[in-house]
Amino acid sequence: MKVDLTVNGKDITADVEDRTLLVHFLRDVADLTATNIGCDTTSCGACTVLLDGESVKSCTVLAAQASGHEVVTLEGLADGAEMHPVQKAFHEQHGLQCGFCTPGMVMAIVSLLKENPHPTEEQVRTGLEGNLCRCTGYHNIVRAALAAAAGETNQ
Amino acid sequence: MSILGTRVIRTEDPRLLTEGGVYVDDLRAPELTGAVRLTFVRSPVGHARIVGIDTSEAMSEPGVIEVLTASDMDDLPPPPPFDPESASGERGPVSMGGPWLEPLLAVGTVRYVGEPVAVVLTDGRYQGEDAADLVSVDYEQLPAVVGPLAALRDESLLFPAGGTNVPLERLRDGFDDAPFAACEVVIEQDIVNQRVACVPLESRGTAAMYTGGKLTVWHSSQNAQLCRLILCGTLGMAPDQIRVVVPDVGGGFGAKIGIDRDAIVVAWAARKTGRALRWAETRSENLVGMTQGRSQHHRVKIGGDRDGHIRAYRLDVIQDTGAYARTGGFLPNMTCGMAPGPYDFPVVQAGFRVAVTNATPIHAYRGAGRPEATAAVERAVDLFANAIGMDPAEVRRRNFIAPDKFPFPTKTGHVYDTGRYADALDKVLDAAGYADLRKEQERRRESGDIKQLGIGVSAYVEITAADAVAGETAKLEVSRDGTATVYTGSSAHGQGHQTSWAMLVQEELGIPMDQVTVIHGDTDQIPDGMGTYSSRSLQLGGSAVRKAAVEVKDEARHQAAQMLEAAEADVTLDVATGRWQVRGDPDTALTWAQVAGHTETGTLMADVRFAMDRPTYPFGAHVAVVEVDTETGKVTLKRHVTVDDAGPVLNPVLVEGQRHGGIAQGAAQALFEEVRYDADANPLTSTLADYAAITATELPSFELVSSETPTDLNPLGVKGVGEAGTVGATPAVQNAVIDAVAHLGVRHIDMPTTPERVWAAIQNGRGQ
Amino acid sequence: MIPATFTYKRAASAEEALDLAAEYGEDAKFLAGGHSLLPLMKLRLAAPEVLIDLGGLRDLSYVHDLGDHIAIGALTRHHDVEHSDVLASEIPLLAHAAGQVGDPQIRHRGTIGGSVAHADPASDLPAVLLALDATFTARGGDGSREIPAGEFFQSLFETSLEPGELLTEIRVPKPSDRAWSFQKFTQRAIDWAIVGVAVQGHSVALVNMGPTPLRATAVEQALAAGASPADAAAHAADGTSAPADIRASTAYREHLAQVLTRRALAEAH
Repeated sequence: MKVDLTVNGKDITADVEDRTLLVHFLRDVADLTATNIGCDTTSCGACTVLLDGESVKSCTVLAAQASGHEVVTLEGLADGAEMHPVQKAFHEQHGLQCGFCTPGMVMAIVSLLKENPHPTEEQVRTGLEGNLCRCTGYHNIVRAALAAAAGETNQ
Repeated sequence: MSILGTRVIRTEDPRLLTEGGVYVDDLRAPELTGAVRLTFVRSPVGHARIVGIDTSEAMSEPGVIEVLTASDMDDLPPPPPFDPESASGERGPVSMGGPWLEPLLAVGTVRYVGEPVAVVLTDGRYQGEDAADLVSVDYEQLPAVVGPLAALRDESLLFPAGGTNVPLERLRDGFDDAPFAACEVVIEQDIVNQRVACVPLESRGTAAMYTGGKLTVWHSSQNAQLCRLILCGTLGMAPDQIRVVVPDVGGGFGAKIGIDRDAIVVAWAARKTGRALRWAETRSENLVGMTQGRSQHHRVKIGGDRDGHIRAYRLDVIQDTGAYARTGGFLPNMTCGMAPGPYDFPVVQAGFRVAVTNATPIHAYRGAGRPEATAAVERAVDLFANAIGMDPAEVRRRNFIAPDKFPFPTKTGHVYDTGRYADALDKVLDAAGYADLRKEQERRRESGDIKQLGIGVSAYVEITAADAVAGETAKLEVSRDGTATVYTGSSAHGQGHQTSWAMLVQEELGIPMDQVTVIHGDTDQIPDGMGTYSSRSLQLGGSAVRKAAVEVKDEARHQAAQMLEAAEADVTLDVATGRWQVRGDPDTALTWAQVAGHTETGTLMADVRFAMDRPTYPFGAHVAVVEVDTETGKVTLKRHVTVDDAGPVLNPVLVEGQRHGGIAQGAAQALFEEVRYDADANPLTSTLADYAAITATELPSFELVSSETPTDLNPLGVKGVGEAGTVGATPAVQNAVIDAVAHLGVRHIDMPTTPERVWAAIQNGRGQ
Repeated sequence: MIPATFTYKRAASAEEALDLAAEYGEDAKFLAGGHSLLPLMKLRLAAPEVLIDLGGLRDLSYVHDLGDHIAIGALTRHHDVEHSDVLASEIPLLAHAAGQVGDPQIRHRGTIGGSVAHADPASDLPAVLLALDATFTARGGDGSREIPAGEFFQSLFETSLEPGELLTEIRVPKPSDRAWSFQKFTQRAIDWAIVGVAVQGHSVALVNMGPTPLRATAVEQALAAGASPADAAAHAADGTSAPADIRASTAYREHLAQVLTRRALAEAH
């Protein structure tokens, strides 16, 4: 079937199997490989992207469901050469090690801060219950989220 | 102004944060254009004879190119002769062959759910899953062996030709009871150090291509060179016929050391079919197919006097190694070697047996044998402290190896280089506010609060760079454009070597970090290297980079002296500006570009190996504070405070990150994670919905205390810190949970301390 | 990881959804947020041949205050239920419970109707709606009918919806007794409830204590007879058939049901 998505501001139309998962559409059709697949039970959040501005797990959305809608991935977050405050905060707070969970983690936090611009540490931790990281122990990820929320990134 | 010891954020990050890393499944290498998708058919049963494999239905599906089984593997050399000695564990992880041999694709018998049986090659990824479902395998089930205690009974044998489920037994003849008879207090306890899954966020993945007699393999691994070595042996090829490339790796934790049977099958299939192939497993496959960690059964015996001095300690280990003994006796041998921990016990008895069971094979997992040793002795010390009514921190103090006894030869054959164990304990207790915590605990006990406070202490020493004598390589080039390139044998998968090695070059040569490129993980460019595991990379790989830099500096001085027509002794490098000059005459300043350009090749180069003649032994102490809801058994980790002393800190940012990650995995083992099987050896935790990997919601922010006791074994003075967290955190958290309900009569709770386990322990403690 | 092949159909209206359901019969399933169905399909535990996507039925996403009850469109996402001002003031139990479902990403997609129709006894909302005496509006080829929550949940993953019937609305009467509590017991925050208890006034419902959400009728009767909350809570496991799985045994679940019921009643009142 034909699907028609706007991804990072660009219209992409393609003929795909009906069962195509959004994450595979992004990785294999749109050739945007930053969004990763870490599980098959909607548990890990590595595949998190923004769908119409809200965080979703793209492994549990069909490309067909997203047809006619807007998707933003990590690759579409920066404004040209200028990193998004959450990206900057991750860099400054050492919020990533291997980087595999990072795109999903960043997008989840972008959405979280949009809905709750000044979260407490507890709200950040609860807000990330659907995003697994194995390298960082979450400590610096939480610091990055709080720093981004506080506007404490170097411009 | 030294850069070492300063906070430097990572140069790796901008790319990872804007474009994302390039992991195996992201590769767009031109050689892989049109690559065919490989999907495994795996055993759904834990122990069975393969009666027949029918591939006809799969083969007739559109898009299916080929289906391969063990019967197609007619192009492999025979396995090496079985040398039982090499598998004993002393020489590192060596797979047991002979009757215990592990095939690539299953031959005749499957021995764990998830064991690869066949592969299907399809045009597309989706078709691969469809086609794998259509391969029909006829199994005749055999009685399953679940857990090491069942294995010991030898009722159902995994390897009838071996005659037993216990291929290896070592060091247990020294289990003499006499030293215990002389003790005032003796405690025995069975302890389970449960099987856990490593769960790197990136599951296994491999791509391979065979053309013109050369095999290229892209593999998510911790050491490209070891991959090549293994592939040469298994496929019967010479090193110059194989290139292994390691792209970005989404976590390893020991489970991605080298290359395992599934990935070797991918490489073989590429050679067999002449097609470029790609494989990326699903998480469900990963949770049964990737090697798992820990899985030891401990019987401890600890004896001592009421004044707190421990006289004798015995650790009897049964290593459940899963269906195939991929590491021989390596892990339990390490556990036994580190059994006494930081304590000066007069008598230490430690021995092990390795048992095979119908479960996923076991291999290294962050700590690889040392977390097990520490968990056992720290539990034993707490049991002893409880029995004599002494504060557990005080018991530890009374038994530490004294600071003036280093280097300290242990009763188990190790030599601890440097350590200040009492100091570490004092620091962490102080930072935790130990006395106030005990007061709060007492207050809650007296008022019978539903939520009780538990304070858990652990003290540890662990071994890093266990294979120190193998060293690590570094090649450093400074070219005529003034930039530097480091070719390192190390293989970072999150550890930040790109940043660290560049810091070392800047420190030594004054070439700014942003002019330093670090390359790793390609056997064509770095044929000789060891990789990243055993927390070895800074002390060995970093020291190698430094050594190479010093050699480049010496060569540069020689060149500069010629260019400046001065004596070498009069030529200096101003590290702050990266300029060579005649001492006291800045007008003579030469850039690195100029000096390199003066050489015959236009490049200054040094190619070195750095080794230590023995390993290093970092140490520390952790305090965990938990709240236990005594009505439900639910445990909440409120605080976790640590001292992890691995010598001087090159980059606090990176060291903190390593400590954090280790603490989280360590706490996860104590509180949540366990791989479980039913009585038929079917895995019960084969998805991330069922396997309780720890999330941010269950963890507090951590409190890290500084402590830097150098070693004299390398010029940086550093030990390894990557695995410290798992070693120290697990016992601190487990001890805290038990401590929270000790006043209710609870002496021990096995990990993970799930709410039901804690609740049941409370009921038993109360005699209900 | 990947569902078996199916045909995707997108419905533009409830009528079209019903027509498609009638056309494809047993081969088809409705797709709302997809966060109950797609995970099953990805593990190949479910393999419908046709999916009828209801995602475009935006007119079935609403929260309306209709005086004595609140009407919630079946396609209202958990996120919107959680953040509804109307529910925050009128039925905070429901808003709170919706905020406990899954994680933020799941709540951006999953719907109240989808959760109810999926009828997993370990889900939070079915038990909450049972405690609230909700009724469910089902539309079929011959019109609509109202199904009380007490008659809706039949068995594990089974409801009294007929084949081809579409859940369109959930009606929740405004509670007369505004005291409420929701006790969701998990090991990790992201887990399904090992056991959950929803209290609204003196209505008590249980999550994961049987093949369907259950009213703790013995507790309610004890309360009505004048028992103290603590004494009433001792009956929480009466008449239940709690599962035993890797998370918990039946006996432990029964114990939790008692503890959580006592706590819920104490918090509510």
